[in-house]
Amino acid sequence: MDCTETQRLLHAYLDAELDMTDTLEVEQHIQKCPACLQTYNNYQALRTAIKTSSLYFQAPEKLRKSIGSSVRKANTTVFISQVTSWRGLSIAAALILAMFLSLWAFTHVWPTSVASNPLPQEVLASHVRSLMANHLVDVPSSDQHTVKPWFNGKLDFSPSVVDLARQGFPLLGGRLDYLDNQPVAAVVYAHRKHIINLFIWPSTQNMGGERDTTTLQGYHLIHWTKSGMTYWAVSDLNLNELQQFVQLVQASS
Amino acid sequence: MREHDKRLRFEQIILPHLDAAYNLARWLTRNDQDAQDMVQEACLRAFRFFSGFRGGDSRVWLLTIVRNTCYTWLQQQRREELTIPFQEELHDVGVEDLNPEVLYLRRINQQNIRNAMEELPVEYREVMILRELEELSYREISAIAQIPLGTVMSRLARARQRLQRYLTDHMNEEE
Repeated sequence: MDCTETQRLLHAYLDAELDMTDTLEVEQHIQKCPACLQTYNNYQALRTAIKTSSLYFQAPEKLRKSIGSSVRKANTTVFISQVTSWRGLSIAAALILAMFLSLWAFTHVWPTSVASNPLPQEVLASHVRSLMANHLVDVPSSDQHTVKPWFNGKLDFSPSVVDLARQGFPLLGGRLDYLDNQPVAAVVYAHRKHIINLFIWPSTQNMGGERDTTTLQGYHLIHWTKSGMTYWAVSDLNLNELQQFVQLVQASS
Repeated sequence: MREHDKRLRFEQIILPHLDAAYNLARWLTRNDQDAQDMVQEACLRAFRFFSGFRGGDSRVWLLTIVRNTCYTWLQQQRREELTIPFQEELHDVGVEDLNPEVLYLRRINQQNIRNAMEELPVEYREVMILRELEELSYREISAIAQIPLGTVMSRLARARQRLQRYLTDHMNEEE
């Protein structure tokens, strides 16, 4: 192992995050390279300094008490009045206004072809709501083996959850949602700053491998079916990238 | 009665991590009152979604909610803090730049360390707090900050480089 490689792995070494092989190689290198040893010692000294500097802030007793009492009082209604400051209220008001506006848009502006089929609207509304209400995921995890089992016992089907982080679509987590008069799985992915909701539920519909693309209010929705499941991907991502995402999901599920 | 059980379970499982929650919020907001507001809000949110919590690490779960609450607030109140570009060429420290004895032999001033941490951009401060004060693993940090493992490592590396630079500079000033 050379200096460049050692410097690259030094922090993981410092944090005991390397596997056995890399650990041994870094150790061997440090023993015979004074420059790298020096860097290592400096970082070690920094860590010690941080740990002995009492940087940890303890929660004030007042906060502990007020949380205890607000949790005791908490139910879905008092929750809002207790934590929301005026600042928060104005944001809430803006959100509610936006919700009414979009509701109005749903009923008045959108083309009748869409209006006659309410499902895309429903899907989009779920997507938008998930971004508004601070409730994007119930189970925040980038690990498909955490997200998939989480749906067990909450749904009577097992949705496919795939890991697409390497392709640029990291998994953010999963959420329960309600669409088409039934509980559905919402699997949430990100691409750059964009959020993608992938809704999955069982259905008898069979589109024979075809994809149906809809654009509503600047959002793209792609719908397809596979093995008795219906899929809806929705995002503000551009259509090309959303199609790329759908291809990846189809290929790996 | 079920509501009562939920509250009891919540108090047993989540409230022990209140210090961790406050510490993270305090470092992200850099202000006591804002941190208290953030923790208050995050805890109520956690309580609301508590029925969705299916075991696992409750500290990681709570810290994720605290972190998201703080970031939402930062986006609304201090947007500029989230957009400070971290200019690497300015902060990269070469091996030869550092006087090896500086950090050893001289007493490191606690206030200097605190200042140095506060000066870090929030994304870097966050991983440092989670790693050095909460002693979380890269995997846990990656879950809380919603970044890949490799990014956890590179952010820690840059944060430490920058801290060293700051401390070295400020020690020289004292002389």
